[in-house]
Amino acid sequence: MDSALIPKGVKRCPTWQFLLWIGAVSGVLLWGVLAMILVYFKGLNQTNMNNAYGFALWIWADLAIIALGGGAFFTGFLRYIVGKDELKNIVNFAVLVGFYCYVSALMILGFDIGQPLRGWFIFWHANVHSMLTEVAFCLSAYLGVLAIEYLPLILENRQIDKVPFFHNMSHNMHEIMAVFAATGAFLSFFHQGSLGGVPGVLFARPFGFREGVFVWPWTFFLFTWSAAACGPCFTILITKITETAARKKLVKDNVIELLAKISGWMLATYITAKIIDTIYWAVVTAPSKGFNFLDFYSNNSGSWYGLWILIAEIGLCGIVPAAILITDKGRKTPATLWLAVILAVVGVCLNRWVMVLQVLAIPVLSFQSWNLYFPSWQEVATTLLPVALGIISISISYRYLPIFPQELELNPPDSPPAEQVAEEPAEASEGEMEPAEA
Amino acid sequence: MFPFNFEWIWDAGHLVFMGGLWYALTILGLGLTYCIIKAAYDSFKGQGADHH
Repeated sequence: MDSALIPKGVKRCPTWQFLLWIGAVSGVLLWGVLAMILVYFKGLNQTNMNNAYGFALWIWADLAIIALGGGAFFTGFLRYIVGKDELKNIVNFAVLVGFYCYVSALMILGFDIGQPLRGWFIFWHANVHSMLTEVAFCLSAYLGVLAIEYLPLILENRQIDKVPFFHNMSHNMHEIMAVFAATGAFLSFFHQGSLGGVPGVLFARPFGFREGVFVWPWTFFLFTWSAAACGPCFTILITKITETAARKKLVKDNVIELLAKISGWMLATYITAKIIDTIYWAVVTAPSKGFNFLDFYSNNSGSWYGLWILIAEIGLCGIVPAAILITDKGRKTPATLWLAVILAVVGVCLNRWVMVLQVLAIPVLSFQSWNLYFPSWQEVATTLLPVALGIISISISYRYLPIFPQELELNPPDSPPAEQVAEEPAEASEGEMEPAEA
Repeated sequence: MFPFNFEWIWDAGHLVFMGGLWYALTILGLGLTYCIIKAAYDSFKGQGADHH
């Protein structure tokens, strides 16, 4: 039914099967929409946020999604600025994943600000002393960059590409993509960093507070570093999930291995810096504020925030994936590659949880007790809403756009459809899908 | 925020924050405008890019 829209030569599942899949995910989407309507019409009383938790599940989801979406800026940086040419075969998908990560992040922020109609105030009445103002600026502008990087992919749809203006537009955008990628790397560096700067400058919250250089606490650099390390792992993970769902190979192993290797070394250096930062904070910074290291990990009900969380974040989800990814055998073995990218993704999400929610949970005055928080169903549903939207959008993009330039080479058609041969015999004989380099 | 808004102050904070934002938006805007104009020109001239 929709075969005219599907890229030439590639195989996709039947339309009914595709619609069934979209319908199943739409169930979660509708649940999220219901919660969204409640939040918009009834207000933030639909959440379990309170005076202790002005930042809660939504902000954690924002930070985690933005870190995972970091695969787009770092892969783009490696491809266009550093010149890692092999990555042209995965950069499209990294952009796609990154775009929906940032759409999700801004959508969640739209719920979180409580008065979305006044969202533009942060641009017009900017508080230039706030890290969050910088985050809002760079986040919005970077979403624009990702939209620009995603646009040529849409224009390369088989039918849209037939229009000369769109064909030329797509070509021109590829020509100057390095300019957009460089702008994106600049914006990403600052907003990833400023998100880390937010807990780092909390002088009255010794768990989050860090020293640093000029106005930037060390968490500024650690957040950017971890996003650059773990974002590509998320890109690899989603690529592997897509390959599993599609039951075929979409990217050659050497491309995945290169990205995994770079990601592994980024992760190894990041986790080394994180360990040094943690030791300095535990031995120097926290005691200077009147706290012992174990004050932050003990005497809370159910041991939600025990030492286990530190060991899980740094050891299990930091050192282990880094050790796997920097070894040739670890990257080449599918099981260990899967394990490493999953652990790295969980690790960066755990780091964001700790830096947003554990910071707020810990008592800072002697008469206070631990503040524990559990999100309401509306918060959970609205957090899953953009995830469902992302799954649907990525599914549609994969079906109709030439996302993976190596797909046709890796999955040659047994016999080209007769109508295609009759339509464009010269191109059909080339046997290769036109690579999209954005 | 622009310099003609009442809350604008000529200090480093405003210059760095707002300057950075407008700098990035200008690059994106100019880049996109170039692509659109060149695409329209090429289409009008009947020139087409053969590959990407």
